[in-house]
Amino acid sequence: MLNHELKLNPKLFDEDVEQKPVRDGYGDGLVLAGEADKNVVALCADLAESTRTEAFAKKFPERFFEVGVAEQNMATIAAGLGVSGKIPFIASYATFSPGRNYEQIRTTIAYNDSNVKIAGHHAGISVGPDGATHQATEDIAIMRAMPNMNVFAPCDAIEAKKVTLAAAKIWGPVYLRFTREKSPVITTEATSFTPGKAQIFWSPSPGSGRLSKPLVLIIACGALVYNALVAAKELEKEKIGTVVLNNASIKPLDEKTILDMVKKYPAVVMVEEHQINGGMGSAVAELLAKHFPAPIEFIGLKDTFGESGSPDELIEKYGMGVKDIKNAVIRVLKRS
Amino acid sequence: MKPIHEGRLKYLEELANRIREKVVETLLEAGSGHSAGPLGMADIFTAFYFHILKHDPKKPLWPDRDRLVLSNGHICPALYVTLAYAGYFHFEELKTLRKINSRLQGHPHRKTLPGLETTSGPLGSGLSQAIGMALAAKLDNKKSRVYCLTSDGEHDEGNHWEAVLFAGKNHLNNLTAVVDRNNIQIDGLTENVMPLESLKAKYEAFNWHVLEIDGHNMQDLADAVSEAEAIYEKPTIIIAHTIPGKGVSFMERDYKWHGKPPNKEEAKKALHELRTLGRRIKSEHE
Repeated sequence: MLNHELKLNPKLFDEDVEQKPVRDGYGDGLVLAGEADKNVVALCADLAESTRTEAFAKKFPERFFEVGVAEQNMATIAAGLGVSGKIPFIASYATFSPGRNYEQIRTTIAYNDSNVKIAGHHAGISVGPDGATHQATEDIAIMRAMPNMNVFAPCDAIEAKKVTLAAAKIWGPVYLRFTREKSPVITTEATSFTPGKAQIFWSPSPGSGRLSKPLVLIIACGALVYNALVAAKELEKEKIGTVVLNNASIKPLDEKTILDMVKKYPAVVMVEEHQINGGMGSAVAELLAKHFPAPIEFIGLKDTFGESGSPDELIEKYGMGVKDIKNAVIRVLKRS
Repeated sequence: MKPIHEGRLKYLEELANRIREKVVETLLEAGSGHSAGPLGMADIFTAFYFHILKHDPKKPLWPDRDRLVLSNGHICPALYVTLAYAGYFHFEELKTLRKINSRLQGHPHRKTLPGLETTSGPLGSGLSQAIGMALAAKLDNKKSRVYCLTSDGEHDEGNHWEAVLFAGKNHLNNLTAVVDRNNIQIDGLTENVMPLESLKAKYEAFNWHVLEIDGHNMQDLADAVSEAEAIYEKPTIIIAHTIPGKGVSFMERDYKWHGKPPNKEEAKKALHELRTLGRRIKSEHE
């Protein structure tokens, strides 16, 4: 059952569940951050509407800088603003930023410790018809390997808004990852969000016999948290208990919560819309390898690029659908 | 910007020569690093830190200071020596350049050493960082000015020209860039590796105010900076023609000295030449 304490969307499993692009939360959060602090500025590389920077640009035109199609320039201008007391947010598609401007981010933002927030949009393959050139599937790996960098991948538009607001208050470089397509709104305004904390979104319903002892821990981030929750619900009907952890905070990683949970349920399924190589799952696997080795199954891209197609078709073809998660749970149970 | 009065100019010329000597000693001690660029830019660093910049070595983070962004970080030995002369840290520390546990990294790192405005080394990214600082100054209604020192070789980088476009578009009149036009880069002469001429026409086409000076004439530089301050509608680029390896005959204009330090014998020869030059400057001024 859904964790009542977190006040998640009660209509989450309804057919008409509210759907909203995660990137909308960036736009909302950016305006709120701008209202809260006059030092917040925003930069965009010819994608103001698509990255939802537009609302900020309209509200605070003097604090918005259009740099044109020049992601390297965007990152480095932001680096200069960030060491001068400003809190710059830069937005583009993640394949271009942090894709094309990786070195600029590394040297002038991360190593230079400039207070810049990097919003990577169109993450994952659910970008859809634009194809693999526009589907960022290595960005978590790139960014979490970088010293000084914080990395967050929110699960829905509301969490995205909170993450964006939180990023403005964190001192130092932050990477925020957003998906393009409409996806179910999982949380509510009342759901708490703390950077560095993983949250239990689902645990087995009490008093259901064998189910009172869940057997598999599913750790997910991004919009695929929804698929993980649907899989958990269906598995419960099949008498398989799971706990679903929303792990939006990839770096810093909530090591304590993850280790506590794995010690209770030492069979893990990692779910993310990213390459399995180097992603959120790898971060958790590194932690477990050191402190509490446990069998893990990974849901994500298997060292392959995406392609054009509808988001649903792509998620299914590349093995990140509900049935894939369920199968992974069954596989890991056999190994545990 | 006031012109440099005659007595002061003589002092600065001597100081620039001492900075060159110290650069040679520091490079010898480090055992690796770049020689030609730092020697070629010694006059420009001297003029900035001892005449042009509003700064306070005792308060390196003074919010109203002018900023000097070194884009081509590899010439940092000249910057480090100049900062030491200006009083940001003790001379002794120059001996730690490029060594373990040093604040003087092989390429400058803002977080470790007072007086550095940014971290640089990878080329072509300094001008846009200076732009960010210039935008911040405008947002905060500060009068401080931002200067960016660039190399000619790094004009091969796309990032640099993205910055040139942006500054022109945004009329950043509080931004002045200086390009060290010494005509060399690692693989040879700039005009063979990737021709830049006409550099002046290129900047003009990007809506910059362009000035050309003798990069070893500090009075010229002060005048150019003064003119840049008076230009209201555009950023200014000062194309400073310099001699790489300036002051050391066997290094001058030889691109092979771009990226290597002198050995003991070469340093001895170089220091002899520089000290002779220093005595000449002094006697001419007496």
